[in-house]
Amino acid sequence: MGSPANGQSTLSGWGRVPVPGHEQLSENLEAATRGAVLCRGLGRSYGDSSLPANASDKVVATRLANRILAFDPETGILRAEAGLCLADLNRLFIPRGYFTPVTPGTKFVTVGGMVASDVHGKNHHIEGCFGAHVRSLRMRLASDDIVTCSETENPDLFYATIGGMGLLGHILEVEFKMHRISSPWIWMESERVGDIDEFIAALGHAAPRWPMTVGWIDCLIRGASLGRGILMAGRWATPEEAKAEPPPLPRNKTLPFEFPNWAINSLTVQAFNFAYYWKHMDHRGSGVVGTEPFFYPLDAVLHWNRVYGARGFTQYQCVLPRAAGPRAVREFMELMTKLGGASPLCVIKDCGPEGKGLLSFPLEGTSIAIDMAISADTQRIVDRLNEFVIAAGGRIYLTKDGFTRAEHFAAMEPRLPKFLAAREKWDPKRRLRSAQSHRLFGDPA
Amino acid sequence: MKAIVLGGTSGMGRAIAQRLAERGDGVFLLGIGDTELERSAADLKSRHPSRVDVGYAVCDLEKPETFAGALDAADAALSGFDAVIVTAGLFATQEKLEADIEFTRRLVTVNYANTVVFCEHARKRLLERGGGHLTVFSSVAGDRGRKPVAIYGSAKAGLSVYLEALDHKFHAAGLSVLCVKPGFVKTAMTAGLKPPPFAGEPDQVANDVIRAMDARKPMIYTPGIWALVMLVIRWLPRFVMRKIGF
Repeated sequence: MGSPANGQSTLSGWGRVPVPGHEQLSENLEAATRGAVLCRGLGRSYGDSSLPANASDKVVATRLANRILAFDPETGILRAEAGLCLADLNRLFIPRGYFTPVTPGTKFVTVGGMVASDVHGKNHHIEGCFGAHVRSLRMRLASDDIVTCSETENPDLFYATIGGMGLLGHILEVEFKMHRISSPWIWMESERVGDIDEFIAALGHAAPRWPMTVGWIDCLIRGASLGRGILMAGRWATPEEAKAEPPPLPRNKTLPFEFPNWAINSLTVQAFNFAYYWKHMDHRGSGVVGTEPFFYPLDAVLHWNRVYGARGFTQYQCVLPRAAGPRAVREFMELMTKLGGASPLCVIKDCGPEGKGLLSFPLEGTSIAIDMAISADTQRIVDRLNEFVIAAGGRIYLTKDGFTRAEHFAAMEPRLPKFLAAREKWDPKRRLRSAQSHRLFGDPA
Repeated sequence: MKAIVLGGTSGMGRAIAQRLAERGDGVFLLGIGDTELERSAADLKSRHPSRVDVGYAVCDLEKPETFAGALDAADAALSGFDAVIVTAGLFATQEKLEADIEFTRRLVTVNYANTVVFCEHARKRLLERGGGHLTVFSSVAGDRGRKPVAIYGSAKAGLSVYLEALDHKFHAAGLSVLCVKPGFVKTAMTAGLKPPPFAGEPDQVANDVIRAMDARKPMIYTPGIWALVMLVIRWLPRFVMRKIGF
């Protein structure tokens, strides 16, 4: 039956780098968050944003607090407890003709986490981030008071919480608007793209024509074909295009053991990229696909993070502003290849205008995400990439981050003083904190 | 199925109530705390498009005088029920129980005596209509006397034996009695304990339990791995049990 928790219990994010700590599970968030310093959902953020700064911190796991408190089929407005998982939401509402307005690349995320990270998806250029669709939040503050916030009620708290990594208060309930969908199927087109400049142009060309776009790049190709990859675009299929039957339920496979550390090296990555590229060899492909392979290709293998072995991994995701031009993207790709962060997954996305969340990640430009196995070199690689991003006027995604230095973050984030002012007002003693806020904002451990 | 769930506002009971509501079964919640019941009922309504209403009533395993009234309220709301599921119960570590004799009395009373009394109310009503399902959460802790769960396990042992006997006695009359023996499941109840490597999640347990009810099984271990673990534990000689701290 197990033994009482002792000091050796650990917590980790999706990148599997553990820190001492213990999560407290509860269905009753209102009771559990009293005195807590941090909430975490499913722990899918890669770095240390859902990890405690100190092993004795009370960290509440919200995933059992998953009740849907109200849903209006007329307006699509849904109110739920923060721990409701997107996988559940999809399972329940896709068959009824509704979908979340914005979805990240995994369905294993809670609605509270979607607010705290202000997640974006393949439709960012049209719909913005998830926060743009949130109507109100119920929160427990550092003072232990419970308040509601929205665009009109405590707006400063509302905008600092959207994308605020859970540092302004514990999110208890989220009210947002679901979208109607024309069918449970996606019409998708994929296209082979020769190099990075062509990629930027193709993304720009696809954006006004498609509600959802994303690109996949083979980062190991250098020289003339640097940035070679596949562009995928999609929209909800019309009832006529849709297949008669509902999409098959996902039959998840799980990776039952961790790969040895040597399994990810540039050779295996090249083999993977080569296979992926040639699968899309037909210059152009189109057809109807289910939501699972379109939105969540990696979710099909549960615990895929184990491929990186015991050393763990991180993801580097940045956005380079449109003003920096396609040249900056090419230079970034060149720098990345030169630094040698082997990545089986490099995702490129065209982002729309910046949202209102004070620390929301996207801004108008190009977002690039790469996975990196953690090594002795990781800090140096992240530093170099960050220096490039700062010079280009871009920024990084806190949800993926575990290595950025405080001074680098301050340099890339002109909105930081406003965010810190909101924290000063709502949590002057910095009671709410994470390992990430300790690293980036100097919060007490 | 028209099911009453005692303990449906939290933990594994909540997960079962959600699954039943999602597939269109009628659900009525019993539990303590009006707010929790109300919010949980709203959740179940939202999970199924044609669900008109999900009713609830206060029913406290510490207060046997609430049992009959709560079951009558459920009966009226569902216009007859054919399944009663009991997941409610108390838990505390052995250390805490040894230090608190009053809580020991409460736990043993709630988890054994009052649960049996509730089941007697429920099975009489079910049998009056020709049978149905009575599903009750016992525990793997009731299979052997073990050091870390000596008191909790003894109450669950009594409950398991009662449920087995009910099954023998009323199976022919149409009553399916299911004794659920969960192993370690990550819920608020076990929040202070360090989970073993094969700890389960409430959703997994809910799926197992509903499948077992549909198949009219008399007993299940869940998650399934515990059937193997307990097979070994049940056959361990006493001198080995004495040595290990499992």
